[in-house]
Parts: sequence; C-alpha cells; structure tokens
Amino acid sequence: MGRGQTAAAGEPILRVDNLGKRFNTLTAVDAVSFEVRARECFGLLGPNGAGKTSIIRMIYGFSPPGSGSLRVFGLDVATDWRRIRSRIGVCQQDNTLDPDLSVFQNLLVFAGYFRIPRRLAGERADELLHFFALEKKREAKVGELSGGLARRLTLARALINDPELIVLDEPTTGLDPQSRHLLWERLHALRARGKTFILTTHYMEEAAQLCDRLVIMDNGKILVEGTPDGLIEAHVGHSIIEIRGANQEELKQFLGERNVAFDEMAERLVIYSNGNTEIEQTLRTGFHPRQCTFRTATLEDVFLRLTGRELRE
Amino acid sequence: MIRPSNISWRFLSVWHRNLIVYRKIWKVNFLVPLLEPAFYILAFGLGFQGLVDGLAYAGQPLTYTRFMAPALIAISIMYNSFFETTYASFVRMYYQKTFDGMMTTPLSLEEIILAEIVWSATKATAAALIMTLVLGLFGFVTFPQGLLIIPLAFLGGLAFGAVGMFFTGITPSIDMFNLPIFLFITPMFLFSGTFFPVSGLPDWAQSVALIFPLYHLVELTRYCCLGLVEVNPLVSIAFLVVFGLCFLVLGLTSMRRRLIK
Repeated sequence: MGRGQTAAAGEPILRVDNLGKRFNTLTAVDAVSFEVRARECFGLLGPNGAGKTSIIRMIYGFSPPGSGSLRVFGLDVATDWRRIRSRIGVCQQDNTLDPDLSVFQNLLVFAGYFRIPRRLAGERADELLHFFALEKKREAKVGELSGGLARRLTLARALINDPELIVLDEPTTGLDPQSRHLLWERLHALRARGKTFILTTHYMEEAAQLCDRLVIMDNGKILVEGTPDGLIEAHVGHSIIEIRGANQEELKQFLGERNVAFDEMAERLVIYSNGNTEIEQTLRTGFHPRQCTFRTATLEDVFLRLTGRELRE
Repeated sequence: MIRPSNISWRFLSVWHRNLIVYRKIWKVNFLVPLLEPAFYILAFGLGFQGLVDGLAYAGQPLTYTRFMAPALIAISIMYNSFFETTYASFVRMYYQKTFDGMMTTPLSLEEIILAEIVWSATKATAAALIMTLVLGLFGFVTFPQGLLIIPLAFLGGLAFGAVGMFFTGITPSIDMFNLPIFLFITPMFLFSGTFFPVSGLPDWAQSVALIFPLYHLVELTRYCCLGLVEVNPLVSIAFLVVFGLCFLVLGLTSMRRRLIK
C-alpha cells in the first residue's frame, strides 16, 4: 500500500495497527489494532483509564503514537496530520468552547482555523445552529450555556469543516436524558448523510443504540470486538436472572453442576441463564418472586462481565 | 523538538481570534495607555520638580520629565506583551482549554504559540502608539521620528512576549508567575535607565543593565523621542532581535514539552 493522497477504494477510513502508548511507566495503550470502515459507527468502550482517550488523541494527531501505526484516510498521522485534521471533526471530552466569544463567533472563528472562506463559514454556521436547535442562542455567551447546549455547540463546531470522520470522546457524559436523546437523534441524522463515526462512551445503552461495531478495552488492551448483539450473544447469552438475598451456597452448587455461568456480588447473584428453561423453572419455584429478576441481557452485562464488577478508582 | 515545517501563515487565524476578543473591550484596552502616561507625567513632573533640577543624559541636560517620558513607553511595551503571554495565555491554555480546541483543527502547536507571541506584540504596539500620541501632545516626542516607536514596539513586544511564553511553558501554576515578575520584571523596571540614567550607577551595575532587554528598549524609545542615546542603536536592536529569537525557541520548546504528551 503506497502513501496515497486520499483513501483508496476499500481502504478503511481509520486503520490502527499494533498501536501503543506509554506515559513513563504506565502503558496506556498496549498493541491495539482495529479498523473503522466508511459510513460505520465504531465504539471504544472501557472503564476509566482503559486507554480510550489516549487512542482518540493519537487519531487526531494531538499526541504522537508511541509505537505501531495509525492511518486515517490512508494517510499517516505522523506526517499528514494537517490534511487529516482538515477532514475530521473532533468533539473532545472537556469543554473547549471559546468563552471569550459568542455562540456564533465560536463557529466562525473555528472555521477560520480551517481557512474556510468567511461567507461559506457564515452559511455553515447558520445551518449548524439550525440543525442543533441553537438559533435562539446565536448571540449568547458560551459561559451562559447549559451543559446540554454547550455540548450541542461543541458538536456543531466539530462539523464546521464538513468532516468525513467524526471523533466523539464521551459526547453525552453529564447530559440530562432530553439532551442525550436529542444528540443521539442528530447523530443518527448525520449517519444517514454518510458520515463515519468513532466514539467513546461509558453508557452501554448509547453504544448499543449508536454503534455498528465496538471494542471493549481494559488496561490498554482490546478485550473483545464485535457488534453489540453479537457480543451479547457470545459473552452473556440473551437472558439473565438476578437473585437477591444472602446464603446461596446451595444455588451456586446447583448452577455449578449444570455448568451455568454466574457472577457473585455482595447481595446478588447474576446468572447467565441464556434461555435455559430448566434453570429458570427451578429458580421460579425455589425463590420468592420478589427475590428474582428475569431480564434480557444487555451490553452492560457484557461490559461488567469482561472488565469486572469492582470499582476502578 | 520544535519543527519549522509546522509553522505557516495559518497562525494569523489565531492572532485574528485574539483581535476579535480585544476589539470587544477596546475602550477599556485603550483607556490604560491613554491615562497612564498622564498620571506618571503629573506625578513625576509636578511631584519631583522640586527635588530634581534636571539631569544629564548622553552629555545633554534634560528636565526630569523629558528624560523619563520615553521610558514610560518602553515599560508599557514590556508590561503589555509580558502579561499577555503569561497570565492571559495561561488562562487560555489551562483554564479555558482554548489551545486544546485549536489542536483539533489544522493548526500546529507552534502556530498557536507563535500567534500568541505575535498577538502580545500587537497589543503592546497599540498601547505604545497611544502613549506616544499622548506624550506627543505634552511635547515629549519629536515627530516624525517618534513614529519609529511603532516598529520598535513590535520588536520589543515580540521579545518580551517570547520570554513570557517561556515562563508560561514552565510555570507549575498561575500563582507562580509572581516569581519571574519579582526577579526579572521588577528589577528591570527599576534599573534599566528608566527613572534615572544608568551612567550614575557603579560600573558593575552598568554592566548588568546592559543585559537587560528593557535597558535596550528604553535606549531605543529615548532615541526615537529625543534623538539621544548612550549605546549604539544598532547594538540595542541586535540585542533585542537575538534575545527575542532565543526566547521564541525556548518558548516554543517549553510549551511543546508541556502540552504534547
């Protein structure tokens, strides 16, 4: 594969190969490989400190890759970062909106950094304000915006250069449900326009909603990769039973004999019953209904199963 | 390491951003250089008149206020640029995360930092120009050569802006700027031939003053205003250029080390 000017046909939008990053003695990213294809929404999931943000920062060329390679649109970030950045939009975790400028000026000035001609920048800024329902805040100061509005503006700003790839680092953290749903809806609309996404999130519901494929990371490594449904099927099955109450030795033995996987928590047993009717029947009769919860498995179960249920920080 | 290939004219878009913010409160920004020289001239002119008969500078007798007035411009250049790249840049870098946002666009860190320094020089130039006009009204500046202060202020602003950026690159917190101000800015403010001629100092102190960038800037502003100098103006210009370039490199390096992980 030569150093093409643009991504060749079939070339993934983003190709990460054996990527590593160390900070002194800490290995933040450890030989990570994955690909993001055109028009796909790809998720990076993992607990705090898993290495998600480190990867994101290397993608947009903020921090240089420690080892391995990283190509965006077939271009090398180390040498072609400027061209790459002109074609991507980044929504950072922190609020990096310019508090010295108004909402509209934030978009205009940012467009200036991309050298977008003033008239076109103005048109795009107005379009984006409309798209994110921010028209009424056009002249407002950024400091006066609520968390949800600020995040919408951050996303609008990330789109000012009409990027092909949109990088979202925890786009909905700290937002109320209304704001979060509005943002999801807008992201879906953008996907319909053919944009490619890579996002990190702590919300499994969000990942299941938005991502076509995702990886779950921990301690700088990728644990699993797949579609949300595929991962649920492969790692926790489609149904789960939770039993509350202490002293479940007998039950654990029973499950052990039948090779049924379960996780033990302080006052709870999470049983990966996966539609096993014998188990379900036994538990239904053996326990008080208020002790049992029968539910569908979610991506959150996969996540907790793989990364452990103990606190991280 | 800083890479020259990372520097392009794109830095002007960051400079422009600062100009937009500056224009929002231009009245306040203009008020200080407008009134400051008047305060000093009144205080020293009226207050010191009875104490100081006058002095000799470069072999010429001068009234005290005539001697001091050009130094006010130099001091203002120093303060405007140094405070811009220390406190103001630090706030943008650390509290507002403005640079982080810029780093997602096709701007390099080198361009952002260069723009901050050039902006500080621009701000210093605006202040110096206003002060020159005000002092001109008092009759302390001879025109048209007094207008040479414009390019000179820009050069001086670059030099002090670059030092400020270097301190921003290494300071652990915003409160620690007190240290370079106390150890670097204040001694220069007092001993650079600003309020009394350096020739009145002991020999060793005169030599020390020669390595102060403010001394050279004061020499040059005095040359622009009065046509008098103690040091060859070309030497002073060369000193400021070299000093500015050294700290430009140091500033870029320290900021790269600080921000790129």
